[in-house]
Amino acid sequence: MQIEERVMDSQERIGFLLRSLYAGYGYSRYRMGKFEEYDLYSRNKDFLFSEGVITFTDTNGRLMALKPDVTLSIVKNTRDIPGTLRKMYYHENVYRVASVEDGFREMTQVGVECMGEIDSACIAETLMLAAESLRLCSEDYVLEISHLGMLGAFVDAIASDEKMREELLQCAVEKNLHGISRICADYGKAESAGEPLRQLLSLYGSPKSVMPKIRRLAEENGAAEYAEELARAAASFAGKEAENKIRIDFSASGDVKYYNGIAFKGFISGIPDSVLSGGQYDRLMRRMGRRDRAVGFAVFLNKLERLAEGGKTDD
Amino acid sequence: MINVALPKGRLGEKVYAMFEKAGFPCPALLENSRKLIFDNEEAGVRYFWVKPSDVAIYVARGAADVGVAGKDILMEYRLEVYELLDLNVGKCRMAVAAPEQFRDNPERTLRVATKFSRIARDFYTARGRDIDIIHLNGSIEIAPILGLSDVIVDIVETGTTLRENHLEVIETIMPISARLIANKSGFKFKTAQIERLTEGIRKEVEQP
Repeated sequence: MQIEERVMDSQERIGFLLRSLYAGYGYSRYRMGKFEEYDLYSRNKDFLFSEGVITFTDTNGRLMALKPDVTLSIVKNTRDIPGTLRKMYYHENVYRVASVEDGFREMTQVGVECMGEIDSACIAETLMLAAESLRLCSEDYVLEISHLGMLGAFVDAIASDEKMREELLQCAVEKNLHGISRICADYGKAESAGEPLRQLLSLYGSPKSVMPKIRRLAEENGAAEYAEELARAAASFAGKEAENKIRIDFSASGDVKYYNGIAFKGFISGIPDSVLSGGQYDRLMRRMGRRDRAVGFAVFLNKLERLAEGGKTDD
Repeated sequence: MINVALPKGRLGEKVYAMFEKAGFPCPALLENSRKLIFDNEEAGVRYFWVKPSDVAIYVARGAADVGVAGKDILMEYRLEVYELLDLNVGKCRMAVAAPEQFRDNPERTLRVATKFSRIARDFYTARGRDIDIIHLNGSIEIAPILGLSDVIVDIVETGTTLRENHLEVIETIMPISARLIANKSGFKFKTAQIERLTEGIRKEVEQP
């Protein structure tokens, strides 16, 4: 007996489509069948998408958490075997604070994680899967790519302390160029000190239109290596159908604490927020005592609730 | 078509003039009518007036692609939006005010009356000062006079209301002005129009 598609809502239908996609590329399923101790999340609370975790005491008295995230569990429960590459996907419910007014919500998330010997081919495959995941949700999508190493280098060139660094990164995700000038003034820096960062953040567009400017800016500011990594990642779409859906945008993410290198976000027309988020998170691996590297992304299926058949929003 | 949420009132009218000069006119907007939404298909723009404190919500939720909101609202609600321009209008400051002759006693919890709980909490947390927030929705100035609070955190424009009630600013938390904000997803799909609008308004702002 086959499952009829009409009995599935759009979240379920897309969830199964994505699982088929990832399995077809040789990704194995990770099932989060048990809960993790609260301590795992409290030590990495900035990595979580929202503040707040539902906790409970297990039968043995340990304080546990009701799945606020899947990636941390995968990192904890997989082994670091030199010279290997593990490719996994998951399809899980997570429990997060939707907003202060709405409180905790159950949300469905599908994601991909690669851990081990990550090379540029692996990053390219992850980006391609991210683009394909968006296409399966709607033809009208945009995948924006950034390089956190490069953004971090431009911020560090002006930040005199951690607080200034945080404020500048916040301006970066807001495309707040006037805020960068104000921060420079507040911290006694010349306005010109913020100019390279302002220029970097004002570059938005297709790889073809902005990469030459990014390369030039990177060379002038000692970040040429990062620009090449970004160019390689963007070039992996050259000549492919998804090429015109790719944008370079350094405001995609400001999370330099856990992420490094390539970072990306996916948007669908008519849905006000990003529906996909991912990148390289070698820094999280180091914090958790792992020497290997990692890249992955998550698709937030709950945000697709209002996506009707055919990839159009129904309101 | 770009959807624009404008704050009702004098500030909104001032800001609309900037949009108009930037090449996005919609004369019907200023006519006295009961209409809520105003289109100018030729200019590719749709305006609607909303309560100033709600503009950021309309933009963050994608009902508007762009809007104009005060920095106070953006700091209080921390919504996920792009802050594209400081419009340099609607200027005022977020400040701590207290009755004249007020002296803070650090041995006691400071009672702070405000509409801006998050801004007040962040400000005092950074100083390690223990506070008790009393969230009010208006007439904040009356709180210290009636002994409801020790100080207030509120927007101060000229300071006249404070002076008339024997209150004075004891600290400025941050300067406030109106900002052009954009929905993150809307920006991706209407990039050319939003960039054209932003550049047009930037020229208006930077005009001497």
